[in-house]
Formats: sequence, structure tokens, C-alpha cells
Amino acid sequence: MFAVEVHNLRKEFVRKEGSGLARRRRRVAALKDVTFTIERGECVAVLGQNGSGKSTLVRLLATLLLHDGGDARVFGHDVFREPRAVQRLVNRVSVEASFFKKMSATENLSYSARFYGLTGAQTKPRIPEILARVGFPDDRRNEAMENLSRGMQQKVALARALLTAPVLLLLDEPTTGLDPRSKLEVQEFIEEMWRTHDATTLLCTHDLAEAEALADRIGILDDGELLCLEPADELKRRYRSDTLEEAFFAATGRSFEQEREEVAS
Amino acid sequence: MTHGAAATLRHELIGFSGVLQRNVYLVKRYIWWDVAFMLWTIANTLTIVFIARGVNVSAAQQNALATKFLVGGVIWAYLGIIFEIVTETVAWERWEGTIEYTFMAPVSRPVHLFGMGIFSVLYGIVRAAILFVCVVAFIGIHVPHANYPAALAVLAIASLSFIGIGMMTAVLPLISPEKGTQLGFIAQGLMLVVSGVYYDVSVLPGWMQWISKISPATYALRANREQILRGAGVAWADVWPLVVLGLVSVPLGLLVFRTGERYAKKHGKLKRSG
Repeated sequence: MFAVEVHNLRKEFVRKEGSGLARRRRRVAALKDVTFTIERGECVAVLGQNGSGKSTLVRLLATLLLHDGGDARVFGHDVFREPRAVQRLVNRVSVEASFFKKMSATENLSYSARFYGLTGAQTKPRIPEILARVGFPDDRRNEAMENLSRGMQQKVALARALLTAPVLLLLDEPTTGLDPRSKLEVQEFIEEMWRTHDATTLLCTHDLAEAEALADRIGILDDGELLCLEPADELKRRYRSDTLEEAFFAATGRSFEQEREEVAS
Repeated sequence: MTHGAAATLRHELIGFSGVLQRNVYLVKRYIWWDVAFMLWTIANTLTIVFIARGVNVSAAQQNALATKFLVGGVIWAYLGIIFEIVTETVAWERWEGTIEYTFMAPVSRPVHLFGMGIFSVLYGIVRAAILFVCVVAFIGIHVPHANYPAALAVLAIASLSFIGIGMMTAVLPLISPEKGTQLGFIAQGLMLVVSGVYYDVSVLPGWMQWISKISPATYALRANREQILRGAGVAWADVWPLVVLGLVSVPLGLLVFRTGERYAKKHGKLKRSG
């Protein structure tokens, strides 16, 4: 059984365009018949520009969206027909840490773990342990989240995901916007977690080096289409490139630099 | 009960305790806002109750009028809190940014919403009790015949309907992040005006009186006034409409919320930015 099995998955959104009487609705495809599988324990990275459909894919697998076609299974459970079964197996770390800002790291972790069936007695010893593992300072556990840096908040987000022991971890740009040191720490922790914890990981990222360092296979998602999904070396060979960046450019016809400039402007 | 069903029930109960725990943490963290809001509610209720002191009638009649206003103010504060907390289930989480994490967690929606509802009842009772005691002490209202257990019993029954109606309005911010919250406030205001909070519903125009019949606040206010002023018991004439409204509004609230959640998932609105 595959950890993740996605077949012809399709998702469209309705966009409103124009204004006044000229206003009209248009259906825009965010994912176009995406098909792939992930083995248990595997780490797969999906690269793509902003708006390529990475987050839509993660949000579909996290049961936050309903599809428009195809199917998706997580450890044999239909994501859209058995969402509760899937929710028990999955957790997610997204680009925004997303916590109750006035509450502390301990408080945020404590209540959210209860949603996954963990009692206070179970989480009380585990929260300090997990926070220590992600390198979160012991003396700041009870400080309001709003006083913590983004890097610190992202560590707590990783701890929140790890606390529920997910068998599928969805990482949606977990290091975007972090300073280099925090980025490295988070990446090291993801690597450690993946090595020591029996979790399958789907990592959506902008960071080519991160994808190459962490993933067994790398996919390129462009304008809702999954162009390829294979180990980094094979990807480079397929596109006759020396680097992943060149391979990405050859596959999509665009460069990451171009995208960074578009985002900046 | 099978092992699977017992495990599911246990899981849901732990999830339910998580909703309560989160709200307790939030009250603790926003305690000074709570104190300020409490003081504002006391001052607001006093401004209404003091009107009775200016009416040129006997002291006993003044006391009865002040009590009538007080009951209106306290019950509205109580039911308003329930309504607000349940209604803002989605809006608050969207504002904090936690909405996606809550909606992807393996806790059922009825448990999530009832957790919010039960917390709001407990929180509302504490606030209503403080409000009642403070205003009674400040103005010197005499309520020697008050039947508090009966009043609490009616409030408990009425709370169920309010949780149900709150569920229906809670879905509005899911469908339209900004306009939904605004519509929730309008619904609350409409209920305030038709339920006879400070006056008898018989003074309302006919069409408003008709709407007042489907507002649980109408029956809760009528019953509580009789119980606090005259020591009346739990009257069936007030209880049965509340039971019917509760039995209709809760399943309907859950159905409406479920439909709204499906719509939000279909259109990608289940996220912090809407």
C-alpha cells in the first residue's frame, strides 16, 4: 500500500474578474489531473512557482479542500470520503506558523494535541521534550507566541506536528521567510525527524537546495501540472542539466530568479 | 458499546476538553479585556436600570420596574455572550490564523461547536451572576421572592436554542469572511429588538410580534421576569416553546454549518485570508 496515492486529481477555483456590470466569473484550474504515488517512509519534494498549485495539493491532502475530479488516498483511506481517518494520520506545517498569539507555546501545543486524542497527562511530559528537540529555549515555553521570532514560531509549529505523531507530514514551504540560521535549524530538524520518526513527508518548497538535501524524489509542478517526479540526479539527467535550477528552468521554461523578481515587484 | 465506538467516544471527549481548555487559556490571557468588558456591561445595564428610578411611581412599583429592566439586561448579556462566542467560532480563528489547523484536526464538528457552546454557557453564567449581584447591590433592588433555581433551569433550556442559532450564524464568516461577521451582528440585533428585552412584546408591531414567537429570548425573558419578581416556578407555557426551538435549532444549526463548511472547502474559503 502506498502512503499517498493521487490519481488524476483536479481542482478548480472561481475567479472574479472586472468590475461593475463587466464583472464575470472564470474557472481557473489549480491542479490539472495530477497523478503520483509516495512510498511509506519516503520524502518527496514538490517544486513550483507561486500559484503553481503546491499549496492546493497540500490543502487537498489535508482535507481542507474538496476536489473537482480524480481521487486521492492516504494509507488506503479516501481523502474525500473518509476525511476523519485521514485527519488522524496527517499533520501539516505551513509557511505561516498560525497560533493563538496571546497563548504560550505550551498552551497552544496542549490544546491542539487534545484534538488528536492526546490527554493532558500524555502531553505534559512530552511537550517540554519535543520543544527541546526542536531547539526551543526552555525558559520561553510559557511566553506568549506574539513575543517570539518567526523562526521560533516555526519551531513550535514543527513541534505541534510532531506531537501528534503523524504518519504523513505535509510541509508547505516551512522555511520560507526564515533567516538563514533558523532555516538551517528547521531543515536539520526535518531531516532528523524524517530519519528517526516513521513518517512519510511531502515537502512543497521554493528552495531548490532544501529539496535536493531532504527529498528522495523531486517533482516539478507548473501551472497545475506535475511535469516530473524522480530523484534529483535523474531529473538533472532527463533535462541534461548540471544543477536542479537548470533542470527546473528546462522543465518549465522559466527560472526561479524570474519568479523571485515577480514576487518582489 | 464496541471497542471502536468506545475509542471514538473517548477521542471526541478529549477533543471536547481541548476546546474548553483553549477557551479557558484565552480568557486567562485576555483577562484585562474581560474585566473592561464586564465593567462596560455593568455600566450599560445601570444606565437602563436607573431609568426606573426616575419614573414617578411608588417605591414598590419603581423596584418592580428596576427588576424588570435588570432581568432584561442580565438575560440579554447572558444570551448575547452565548450567541457571540458560538457565532465567532470561525471569525476568531480566522483572525488568529488557526482556522486551518482546527478544521483539519480529527475532531467532529458537532463536538467542536458544542465545546464552544458549553464553554459559552459556563462563561455566560459567571458573567451574568457578577452583573446581577453588582447591579442589585449598586441600585439597591429588592428581590425577596426570586426563584433562582427555576430561573437557572429556564436559562439552561434556552441556552440550547441559542447555541443552535449561533451555529447557523457561525457559518456566515465561512461563506463570506467579512460580510458574514457583519450579518451575525445584524441577526443578534434583530433578536434583541423582537424579544422584549426591556418591554413587553405586545408593544411591538404585529409582524415583529410574529418574529418574537420564534426567538428563544422571548420565552426566557418572560419566564425569568416572573421567577425573579414573583418567585414563579418553571412554567410549561415557557418551557415547551424553548424545547421545540432547541430541538429544531440545534440539528438545523449543525446541518447549516456542515453545508457551509462543504461550500467553503469547495471554494477554497477555509483559510485565514478567506
